[in-house]
Order: sequence, then structure tokens, then C-alpha cells
Amino acid sequence: MSQRPTAAGDPVIVVDRLTKHYRVADKDPGVLGTLRHFVRRKHRVIEAVKSVSFDIAPGEIVGFLGPNGAGKTTTLKMLTGLVHPTAGSVRVAGHDPFRRAARFLEDITLVMGQKQQLIWDLPTLDSLRINAAVYRIPPAEVRPRIDRLAEMLSIGDVLAQPVRKLSLGQRMKAELLAALLHRPSIVFLDEPTLGLDVNAQTAVRAFLREYNAEVGATILLTSHYMADITALCERVLLVHDGALVYDGALADLVERFAPYREVEVELEHPVEREVLAAVAEIDTFEGRVVRWLVPRDALTQVVARALETLPVHDLRVSDPPIEQIIGRLFDGRFEGSAAPPTHPPAA
Amino acid sequence: MRRLARLIGLFWSTAVAGEMEYRVNFALAVLSSAGGLLGALFGLSLFFGDTDRFAGWSWLQALVVLGVFTLLDGLTSTLLVPNLGRIVRHVRMGTLDFVLLKPVDAQLWLSTRDFSPWGLPDVLLGLGLVIWAGVRLSVSPTQALLALVPTVASCVILYSLWFVLATMSIWFVKIHNVTEVLKALVAAGRYPMSAYPAAYRVFFTLVVPVAFLTTVPAETFIGRGQPAWIVGSVLLALLLFAASRAFFRFALRFYTSASS
Repeated sequence: MSQRPTAAGDPVIVVDRLTKHYRVADKDPGVLGTLRHFVRRKHRVIEAVKSVSFDIAPGEIVGFLGPNGAGKTTTLKMLTGLVHPTAGSVRVAGHDPFRRAARFLEDITLVMGQKQQLIWDLPTLDSLRINAAVYRIPPAEVRPRIDRLAEMLSIGDVLAQPVRKLSLGQRMKAELLAALLHRPSIVFLDEPTLGLDVNAQTAVRAFLREYNAEVGATILLTSHYMADITALCERVLLVHDGALVYDGALADLVERFAPYREVEVELEHPVEREVLAAVAEIDTFEGRVVRWLVPRDALTQVVARALETLPVHDLRVSDPPIEQIIGRLFDGRFEGSAAPPTHPPAA
Repeated sequence: MRRLARLIGLFWSTAVAGEMEYRVNFALAVLSSAGGLLGALFGLSLFFGDTDRFAGWSWLQALVVLGVFTLLDGLTSTLLVPNLGRIVRHVRMGTLDFVLLKPVDAQLWLSTRDFSPWGLPDVLLGLGLVIWAGVRLSVSPTQALLALVPTVASCVILYSLWFVLATMSIWFVKIHNVTEVLKALVAAGRYPMSAYPAAYRVFFTLVVPVAFLTTVPAETFIGRGQPAWIVGSVLLALLLFAASRAFFRFALRFYTSASS
């Protein structure tokens, strides 16, 4: 049902039954535990990514969703050649990422909200000079590129300041500039808006959309902020416990996992609770505002009944916030869904 | 090649720009180098006592060994120590990611990224000592040129051993103490190999190649070099360099990239 949106061209990212196991040694607390740990280690295998398969077409913007520890970052690291897969295969732009061919690395970038590549004590421009040399950008082209990206990010005035003097938002924008100076056609972002205020988040989102349109770049991003995903991605990949549980359109996700609507009514004057409960099951009720959660197929009926029996001043029908839906999903309860939750694409 | 030279130039100029802020530090580095060299000269003079020959080496010839040692020690402080610190930091913070993402040889980047001018006084003093002793021993220019071969080989050997140790950071993360191991190793090359008891000599030649670090270049310089040793040091350098590259590539399979 929720086939991923078809985009033109062969997939630029092909992931087939990708798996990563980490071997970790557990240590019991205390001196005895330490000694035992030193003499004889108990090893345990953590399955960070379990047989994940998907592919991504050129120019797509795909959101990678999942709670902490679901395997999002590990997957990104395998896609960028930083981490060696235990099993399965990855092709990105026709390359095996872990071989780290120069051609491949010139084609991609990875932006991490928690790590920074800019030299801390020097101005951003110094780091950019190094990146320009690393990526063999013709000297005549460097300045125009910096100016263009700085304009899109509106940070032109702070590039000459030492990085340590920048605000978090400015630093993240400068990181984006440094990461995109070589105009990669595949952009991986791991929590790019982490810790940013709302304005900076919006600016980063707008920038990514503009970059995608201008360069035609493929973008795969993870984020904790649902707003990043809803603003940018038509398609989402949902991972839970290392496994892919959903791959498809964001809109279908809502339909699949939350087949109900919110009906909110503002009343002309207060009404008895029983009268409101007679319309449908009440979700919240405060003062003159009441909200019902209504199954989709009962929606028109409920709205009609409300208008008929209540002094309605204002009426709104909306989808429940996607955070709620995802949150419910990750609680391990895939309830509220008529369809089976697991929906990996055909291999 | 041109790009790499330009890149290293950029690396070092940014590193030096940061360090040059501290002028007192530079004066202290010169003082400490001079002090270290004086101490070593005194130690060496104890071996000689009244005689002017010790274990088959004249005073001036032994000074050449000390000069090569000081040179290597300076290179260690200039490149190996600061870059090791950086590698450990990269692994601990997970920023090794950014190095691996660049379309530049990661080993080259990790080995040349940092540059500390504080080792340069040692390099200059070492060179000066070798040249001064060489002039007094009337070493011919061809001999001096020939000595460049085992000297370069000795730098490569030291570098390769260092890089293998530094790579272990991927498993053990905090390995700053490797610097001490390395310094102790090079320190053994402060005196000619024949100054050591036979058992040590075998150990320093076959187990850890200290003999190749200082004694072989010095012997070549003063015209006592044997072709077998010179060829041997070149072969050993090539072998260890290849091993360091292979080991690094192997280690990357175990890199888990500190979590983000």
C-alpha cells in the first residue's frame, strides 16, 4: 500500500540486508567484577542494525526516524564508509563506501550535529581554505562558492571570527558551509538541528531545501525534531531496535498508524459533560474547548452530530501531531493500526 | 603531489600560527634543547674519561651518533608527539570521522596534520653537531650524501613504529603513554651500539631496531658504513612502512566511531 514515492533515475543508494553487530564486554561493578573482567571477559553481541534494506533515488529527501539507539547513526556511518558492516551490502553512487575511494568521498558529505570539523581557535575561513585544497576546488571558484553558501545561510559576517566565538546556531551553519563547499551530490545529516533554537532550525531547514533544489542533491537526514522531517521529507524510514519497521510516504505513515482525526470545538457557552460525551468519546475538555478522537470513517457523522446538538462557535478537524503517533509506535505498541506494522520493501 | 605539498603547507602554517602566539615558550624550548644536549654531552664524556677511544669510537665519531639522536628526538617532538595527541583526541571524540570522510589519504593526514615548532631547536642542534664533527673528521661530501640514505631510512623506521603504536588508539583509545615508550626507544640510540653489552646489542638490533636509528647513519657518515647495513636499513624501512599502512587499514575495521 505505502510504496515509496517513485523518483526518476536508478537508485543512488542501495542498501541490502545491511547488518552491524558490535561485540562489547560487560563488567560487573566493584573490585571483584573488575578482576573478573580483567582475567576473563564476558562478551555480548549487540545487534545495532538488523538486515535493513532500502534504496533511495537521486534528489530524494528522506527522513530517518527512530528513538535513541535504534541504529540510525550506525546505518549512516556504514553508508559513509566510517564503519565496516558485519553483513549485507551497501552501494552509494556505485561505490562500496568502506573502500573510501576518493571519487566516492568527493561525492558525499556527512554533517553531525554533535561533532565539529572546524578548527576551534581559528576563523571559519581558515578551515574552508583547507577544505578547498582537500577537495581540489579551483581557486577562482572558492570565493564565489563561499559567498553563495554564506548568503543562503546568512552568515557572511561571522566567517572571519574565530569559531569559538560563534553562537551554536552560527557554528552549525558554518559547519554546513564547510561540509557542502565541495558541492556533494549526496548529503547525510545526523541531527543537524540539535540544540538549535526555533529560528535557527527553520533557517537550516530552508537552507537544506534550497540546496536540494539548487544542486539536485540526495539528502538523508536523522532528527529528533519531527518538524525537520515534516518540513523536508516526503518519505520516511522508521527504524526500531535496529530493524526497519516502515518505509514510505510520511502521509501514509499517519494514515497507517493513526487512522483517527482530532475534532476540536469551541463552544458559544459551557455545556454539560454528558452532552459532549454523547457526541463521541472525549479526549480533552477544558472550559469551552472540547476535543474528540474520532475514527476516520465516523468523522462526518460525528461532525454532523456536534453541529446539530451543540452551540458551536468554531470547529477544527486535524491529524494528531506526528510526534504522538511516532511516540506511540516506539512504545512498542503498534496499536491503533489496522495494518501490520512491519512493512519492509521487497528486496 | 602538488596538492599534498600545498595541503601540508596549509596544515603547518595554521599550526605554527597558533603556536607563534607564545614567544616565551619558544625561548624555553631553545633552553631546554640546549640543556638536554649539554647533559647528553656530559654523559658521553664520562664514557671516554681519559681515553679518546671508547668501544671503537673516537670522541668526535660518538658526537655524530649523539647528533643523529638529537635530530631524531627533534623530529619526534615536532611531528610525532603532537600528531599522536591529535589521533588520540580524534578517536576519543569521534572526530576521526571527519578525517576518514576526506578524499585524502587518512594516514598522511593523521601523520602530518599537526606541527610543533618546539622540536626545531633540537633538529638544528643535532644537524649542527653532525656537521661540526663531520668537518673536524674531514668527512667527504660524497660520504655525507651517502649517509642521507640510512638517515632517511631511520626516520621512516621511527615513523612507522610510531604510527603502528598510534593506530592502537582505535582499540585502546587513551595511549598517550606510547610517547614514553617511543622516547625511551630512541633514547637508547643516544650512544653507539657497541657501547652496550652484547645481549643488549642483539635486542636493540633484532627486536627493536634502535641500531638502525642512529648507529647505522652515523657509521655511514664517518665512512665506516657497511653496504649490507645500509641496504638492510632501507629494506627494513620499506617493510615497516608497508606494515604500518596495512595495520592501519586493518584497524579501521574495528573503528566504531565514538557515539553521537
